[in-house]
Amino acid sequence: MAEPLLSIENLHKRFGQVEVIKGVSLTVGKGEVACIIGPSGSGKSTLIRCVNALVPFEQGSVKVLGIEVNDPQLDKLRLRKHVGMVFQQYNLFPHRTALQNVMMAPIQVLKRNKHEVESEAYALLKKVRLEGKEHSYPGELSGGQQQRVAIARSLAMKPDLMLFDEVTAALDPETVGEVLITIRQLAEEGMTCVLVTHEMGFAREVANEVYFTDRGVIVEHAPPATFFANPTDPRTKMFLSQVL
Amino acid sequence: MDLIAAWFSHLNDTTGINFTVFYDPFDRARFAHGFLVTLQLCGVTIIGSVLVGIFGAWGQGARSIWRRRFVQAYIQMFRNTPPLVQVYFFYFGLSALLPTVKDAIGNAHPLIGGFIWASISLICFAGAFNVEIFRSGIEAIPHSTIEAAEALGYTRLQTYRHIVLPLGLRICMPALTNNLVNLIKTTPLAYAIAVPELLYVSNQIWSDNENVPEMMILLFFIYIALVGLLVFAMHAWEKSLRVPGLGK
Amino acid sequence: MSTHPTKPMAVLLPLPDILRNRDAHKLPIIRLTWWHGALLCALLLASATIADAASAPAKAGVFAILLRWTPLLLSGFGLNILISVMSMGIGTALGAFLGLALISPNRPLSATAWAVTQFFRNAPWLVLLFFMIFILPYHMAIGGFTFTLPDWVKAVIGLSLPVMANVAEIVRGGVQSIPKGQWEASESLGFTRHQQLWQIILPQAVKRMIPPWMNLYAILTTSTTLASIVGVSDVVTLAAQVLSAEGSRPDLLAPIYGYVLVMFYLYIYPIAWATRRLERKYQVRN
Repeated sequence: MAEPLLSIENLHKRFGQVEVIKGVSLTVGKGEVACIIGPSGSGKSTLIRCVNALVPFEQGSVKVLGIEVNDPQLDKLRLRKHVGMVFQQYNLFPHRTALQNVMMAPIQVLKRNKHEVESEAYALLKKVRLEGKEHSYPGELSGGQQQRVAIARSLAMKPDLMLFDEVTAALDPETVGEVLITIRQLAEEGMTCVLVTHEMGFAREVANEVYFTDRGVIVEHAPPATFFANPTDPRTKMFLSQVL
Repeated sequence: MDLIAAWFSHLNDTTGINFTVFYDPFDRARFAHGFLVTLQLCGVTIIGSVLVGIFGAWGQGARSIWRRRFVQAYIQMFRNTPPLVQVYFFYFGLSALLPTVKDAIGNAHPLIGGFIWASISLICFAGAFNVEIFRSGIEAIPHSTIEAAEALGYTRLQTYRHIVLPLGLRICMPALTNNLVNLIKTTPLAYAIAVPELLYVSNQIWSDNENVPEMMILLFFIYIALVGLLVFAMHAWEKSLRVPGLGK
Repeated sequence: MSTHPTKPMAVLLPLPDILRNRDAHKLPIIRLTWWHGALLCALLLASATIADAASAPAKAGVFAILLRWTPLLLSGFGLNILISVMSMGIGTALGAFLGLALISPNRPLSATAWAVTQFFRNAPWLVLLFFMIFILPYHMAIGGFTFTLPDWVKAVIGLSLPVMANVAEIVRGGVQSIPKGQWEASESLGFTRHQQLWQIILPQAVKRMIPPWMNLYAILTTSTTLASIVGVSDVVTLAAQVLSAEGSRPDLLAPIYGYVLVMFYLYIYPIAWATRRLERKYQVRN
């Protein structure tokens, strides 16, 4: 087992009266890929939003590289330099080109040198196979292309951990593949990833550990081979029989 | 120039259509000055009210409830009262509270003159609308886009400056143009507190020459031209900000 | 809406730009709530109480002064209302015709209507008021009758012009808000254009025109104060006279003008309230 890069312990989160996460614990080691699956409304998206402090939580502990997220004195910028996030709806900045989207945060948030950032941004767009699209605006790109720009944008911050929140759920079926290839490539390069996904086949291929959540708790988790071949919990069995 | 003057002089002699401002140097000078004052009034209030809008919209999104309430009270005060009463309020009400200054020959003058009071009150008037316009533009931005900026480590101010404001501006451009046109149409109110702007000097000129219809036609022409110019400029700006695939 | 083109003449640069953005240039929307009134009354009371406390015992109390001048101020306010009602009536009648001309398929007619509308919507209201005050003669003879035109009647005419242009825009906007399908469906059923407009489109469009029309009236009512600048003895003029009759005490400024604002509030609030109600009711489209 590698040293844990992310560790979540007994995390509770409620929205008003509704407790959406009821004591979740998990650890992800450096270079590992964790996939979180489960029915809609089981708190998956909220869970990974807690990791980079987009959503505050009441109880429990989330540590990224030793940084405690549940700390009123938390330096959010320091946390977010380590944690990249890709969203279901891409959320590119529509008034900037693909290249500018990738360059904005390093220049404006990290105050880095523009020329350095620019050459890195070209390289990142090349890496996600968007050469030639550098100067296109998000509105001119397909969903799959936009999502790859969003991945490049997060990578530009040189994170140690990448969070993917159902990144293929809003895509046309024919562009899902190109995004998954990019993520797999990242995983193979040793990027630590936490994915919330509905792509069971993909989870089986890339994950080191698969977590099944339902109604705010982790029902079971196992390496993919075991998880998909021999699910133990009846809820997992039922879910898998529905989606596979 | 001389040719134009001669032609208008001739027009007056033959038809009685009397555009003194085109051939009489004295009238031309005061009309030009009035035009300049109107231009300054428009320029100052447009810039001022847009700034008020930007900062007000920022304040409306503040965490502090008192700052939000303050902005809200300001908007409601200036949106829902006649602009004339606002101008009077500043010029007669607030001005009376300020000390006066003595000039070289010992006459007391108010510390702040009519032009500045007119500018302040018009900025407050149009600014109140601009705050709401910018706010509606900002509200139209999907929350998830702001979340994405947050996830990239942007602070609230950075998010506002680099993402929220540029996007919101594009969304609210038509409404902003609209309000600035209204602002230009409201500037003649400065007449009420004797600011020597276009309407005020025109009034002087037609009192001297009894050429009301001519001056009126000129006034209409100039105001319509000013509005047209503003709309033209705003559309050019809007076009330059247009981004492929964003809005339509 | 291809069925009723109102394209401008291209020679009128840069005015076509105004037209391209036709939905802009709407008047601001007056929104009043009960707490505006509460706040206003509180401010009035506070300023009057402060003035009362500060004034010398020999002078009359602020509340007594307000009470004494109430009949006069109310008569002035009545004139404001009269001006607003009459301008609205005239402006609406003329504006309805102008609006129908705007959406007419007859190109010269719609282009002319467009130019008239743009002119009166973009001219400052105060300049229009001045125009009417100075251009219209004091005595007028129509047929055999000679009658006098007092300033307030001229103000009515001056204010009805921008009202007309805005009503025309409201009519055009209302008609264009009806989905194109309604025109196509009625056309395929064999309705003539005249029948389409009067039997299918306008009956649906009218209720969408009512909220902006009422908002226009609220704005017009506040704008009647402009008449004081051109010498009409409306409530603002009278308020100034009351101030000087009371010896121009600066402490009376806020209470007296505050009192005038309360009058406007009490009159406009029900209109703004009803406008909002109607807007909400009609917002549920189809």
